Amino acid sequence: MTQGIYKVKSNICIAPNVFRMELLGDTEALTRPGQFINIKIDGLYLRRPISVCDYSDGLITIIYKVVGEGTEILSRCAENDELDVLVGLGNGFDTEKPSEKPLLVGGGVGIPPLYKLCRELLEQGKAVSVILGFNTKSEIFYEAEFKALGADVTVTTVDGSYGVKGFVTTAMADTDYDFFYTCGPEPMFRAIEGAVDVSGQYSFEERMGCGFGACMGCSCKTKYGNKRICKDGPVLDREEIIW
Amino acid sequence: MVNTKVTLSGIEISNPIIPASGTFGFGYEFAELYDINLLGTFSFKGTTKDPRFGNPTPRIAETASGMLNSVGLQNPGVERVISEELPKLKKCFKKLVMANVSGFAVEDYAYTCRMLDSEEQIGWFEVNISCPNVHGGGLAFGTSAKNAEAVTKAVKKVTSKPVFIKLSPNVTNITEIAKACEAAGADGVSLINTLLGMRIDLKTKKPILANKMGGFSGPAIKPVALRMVYQVYDAVKIPIIGMGGISTAEDVIEMMLAGATAVQVGAANLVDPFACKTIIEDLPRVMEKYKINNLTDIIGGAH
Repeated sequence: MTQGIYKVKSNICIAPNVFRMELLGDTEALTRPGQFINIKIDGLYLRRPISVCDYSDGLITIIYKVVGEGTEILSRCAENDELDVLVGLGNGFDTEKPSEKPLLVGGGVGIPPLYKLCRELLEQGKAVSVILGFNTKSEIFYEAEFKALGADVTVTTVDGSYGVKGFVTTAMADTDYDFFYTCGPEPMFRAIEGAVDVSGQYSFEERMGCGFGACMGCSCKTKYGNKRICKDGPVLDREEIIW
Repeated sequence: MVNTKVTLSGIEISNPIIPASGTFGFGYEFAELYDINLLGTFSFKGTTKDPRFGNPTPRIAETASGMLNSVGLQNPGVERVISEELPKLKKCFKKLVMANVSGFAVEDYAYTCRMLDSEEQIGWFEVNISCPNVHGGGLAFGTSAKNAEAVTKAVKKVTSKPVFIKLSPNVTNITEIAKACEAAGADGVSLINTLLGMRIDLKTKKPILANKMGGFSGPAIKPVALRMVYQVYDAVKIPIIGMGGISTAEDVIEMMLAGATAVQVGAANLVDPFACKTIIEDLPRVMEKYKINNLTDIIGGAH
């Protein structure tokens, strides 16, 4: 983990209430897709943890949804604004899991951390399938970006206004995969857990105090003992999760 | 050159900055970020007789200039603290540490302190009597002078190390509790623990914390902490470790003027992992600004 001042390169609305922000600064602390950063917001006490969508040398991309005061203030940041950020938090996804045909399942604003993961798995030569779940057509983002990486992308909408009508599990039934990675809301996780018979990794969310393992605010019980979502997670193996 | 040294129950520490229990784990998480040997000491994660997961999540909520937590003393229990945590701590921290101990019955406190007493790295005990779940009626130990006295006596019996009793601010008169601890043989008192608070989510229309209520900390509580330290300083002769919203070197000086011999930093560590390092580095400059040569000279200076 490192702390630094990052400069906003861009901050644009890409779907209703969903923003993509690019930050310029040191990226050495980021070692795996699925890690997150913790942003100090002017006027608020606790930092805001946001998953990393993509990173390369000196550039971090995050995608976040405006859900409260903190993300609302963040959405008003302009180019060249400076933010105090803790970078390289959490364990991230394990891209070395034995798999030839990994499936990535994202629900809404849980989709962003799967982007960098998708890129890395494709670079390893794996046949990557992606299922992106939304409520309705107007909420869709990053379909084209995932397709541009070269993944086999399916979009589902609950109301059927675009792509496959139904939940991500509807599309999963028609997909061939030998491992899965997922990030999204917990009801989606429960549906996935009931639908899969292969191993996989889930990326969890919890209200955090520090984001780096000190306060024990975001602990959960696992089959292998207590874990901190911020430090030992947010990614947990399917085999260790107690539902 | 200014002098930042203070003496806490006969043990000299290089500066009065002490990361507060529950915000610094067993030190090694922070040792990855900076050399924690620059600290005076630190108070390790509240340890109980048995392992505890704590309360259900969510157990963190934000407030104006502060936060609520309802972690509920998650810790691996005293046996694993001794076998797993302290050896890891020893590798990165060469100074004496403050052992923060909690319990749910007088015997629990005595058991845990007895177990830890033989650990050489422990310089002081900090006994947290501010826990809301105890046997015998649900009253917090820290809210009854009688219980505070009983715990103090029981712990003093099992250790010869200095014992600080950590007091709850959620009482009518904190000086009575402090006096009871002093009379029972406490070497000092730590205050304040968190204030009991609540936040409600307007979307769900329910409390944000799964436990409904939680401990309120952060800069918002500093005036309450200063007031209580000031009052307790007038009431007892034993040293006070002051805490509550401390985030800057200026805050440290303010708390010492109120009557604290040493100062703990809690919530600030969670929003800025380098908070204690920054405070320690800033302290000489701020002392010079306010014409303070020796920090010990200002203890209780506001009285």
